[in-house]
Amino acid sequence: MGIKKARGWLLLPVVGLLATVIVLAGCAGGTSISITGSNTVTPLSSVWAEEFMDANPEVRIAVSGPGSGVGIANLIDGTTDICQASRKMKDSEIDQAHDKGVNPFEIQVATDALSVVVHPDNPVSELTIEQLSAIYTNQVTNWQEVGGDDAPIVALSRDTNSGTHVFFKEHVVQMAGLATEDKSLEYGNRVLFLPSTQEGVSEVAKNSNAIFYPGLGYVTDKVKPLGIKRTDGDAAVLPSVGTALDRSYPIARPLLYYTDGEPTGVIKDFIDYCLSSEGQEKVTEVGYVPLQ
Amino acid sequence: MVVKMEQSASTIAAEGLEKCLRRRWRLREKFIEGWILLAALLAIVVLLGIVILLLKEGVPIFFHTPPWEFFFGTEWYPVSEPPTFGIMPFFVSTLWVTLVATAIAVPIGIGSAAYLSEVAPSRIRETVKPIIELLAGIPSVVMGFIGLMLLSPLVQSMFNLPTGLTGFTAGIMLSLMSLPIIVSVSEDALRAVPGEFREAAYALGATKWETIRHVCIPAALSGIAAAVMLGVGRAIGETMTVLMVAGGALAVPVLPTEPMMPMTAAITSGIGNAVQGGLQYQALFAIGLTLFIMTFAVNLIADRVLERQKRKFAR
Repeated sequence: MGIKKARGWLLLPVVGLLATVIVLAGCAGGTSISITGSNTVTPLSSVWAEEFMDANPEVRIAVSGPGSGVGIANLIDGTTDICQASRKMKDSEIDQAHDKGVNPFEIQVATDALSVVVHPDNPVSELTIEQLSAIYTNQVTNWQEVGGDDAPIVALSRDTNSGTHVFFKEHVVQMAGLATEDKSLEYGNRVLFLPSTQEGVSEVAKNSNAIFYPGLGYVTDKVKPLGIKRTDGDAAVLPSVGTALDRSYPIARPLLYYTDGEPTGVIKDFIDYCLSSEGQEKVTEVGYVPLQ
Repeated sequence: MVVKMEQSASTIAAEGLEKCLRRRWRLREKFIEGWILLAALLAIVVLLGIVILLLKEGVPIFFHTPPWEFFFGTEWYPVSEPPTFGIMPFFVSTLWVTLVATAIAVPIGIGSAAYLSEVAPSRIRETVKPIIELLAGIPSVVMGFIGLMLLSPLVQSMFNLPTGLTGFTAGIMLSLMSLPIIVSVSEDALRAVPGEFREAAYALGATKWETIRHVCIPAALSGIAAAVMLGVGRAIGETMTVLMVAGGALAVPVLPTEPMMPMTAAITSGIGNAVQGGLQYQALFAIGLTLFIMTFAVNLIADRVLERQKRKFAR
């Protein structure tokens, strides 16, 4: 009997803990916003979310970055409040959204310069868009052919979940907006498709054959960004906030938020904060390019 | 309390009580049997549900891409206009990665099983076996990290490759992951070989090695084969590690030392942005269905073989 009594006493703290959890959960009410999508926009959204939650403790913001395609699919399925994307929605995707009663509303929140990086030991320091296209379609497979050492080229890319994958395909592989534009070009089948931007950067940092295209915010001093020439005759431009703002850097792209219809309530407050001068200051801190 | 009553009450009363208890026992027995049956049925229902889901979501792709183009096509461009779905590269990648994993894990696995069951003193066996089984508990994402950070630079410099992210690298990591199951099941099979077999071998003047090589291993062969099958099943289905380490190129790999994308990695890297019911979604489910049939076949064969092993020594 004595033992049984003691067991009952042991249960008390557990009951107390449960009660506390339930009470706390009840108090924590408030609103929550979910942001899903681009791996590239994630660092920026996280900083904004943290600042916004500091100022508005009753709001909870959850940010995740599986890729723009995932974010857009979630927006269409109605499972996210804000979709963050590093490419525009395709017409087919907007049609799908309308079919499900969702009206995608686009807001540009920042600009990103897509840097092309190689290992610091690689003597190549500039490439034209056409050369990049040839590398990523596997027509050029040795660094010698673009002015480097006699070494094989290992072209790294993000997988199809990524908005960067699609943007780079249209603007670099297919050379959109250039005289040489060819919409039938695809990534070559020797290109390595990686599940995260971080993995690509770390592979370039340890492999002198590799080339990759992370957003400006992911560039570290362990990799070397290349100067990019629009065509052979143009000057090579290094990616930076300045060159993206004055539009001299050829591979810059908008970073976007999509909501279902025009944002209202807390979501509008949050996006207003992102677009404010205070919010745009954070853009430079994270390594992207502010709107103005 | 029961004991006390039996001692004090008359024999008739005791018999009545026993009957009553027995009835209660039987009721409880029935109840528990019912629960177990329900649990077993649930597993079957879930399995059936998965098969039906895979068929329902995956089969419609064959109206867009005919099966021969789907299975033998070498071009996979799911987000292009128009999209093409050929899974040959993924299929060959899965074969290469599994082959490498099996070629490494099987000799090491059977070797350590033979050591543990035939040679090692029981103290060593009781310490080492749980440690090997602990290897199975390492999360696959951790194995992926180890492959990425430690093994891939090593493979790159060893074979003088352009990159260390290859099917071979992934195969080595997978062999580590299927090793525990191979060791554990083969060791059980070897221990199930009756002692008389060994005694007979020794009596004929066989050495320890000859006994293991010509008596124990052949006697336990079906069990060992099942262990290998289970290990292969594990290697085919593993996802996270191959996604991180295998490289993810879409070419049909000619050598294991090329970057490649096995079927599991192809599903994971595409399912996120596939809109429900879209063509890419259907194609990915069809890959899932193919994968399911492959692992199911392997497991079924393993099961059959294990059954045979059990019957062989049943008395």
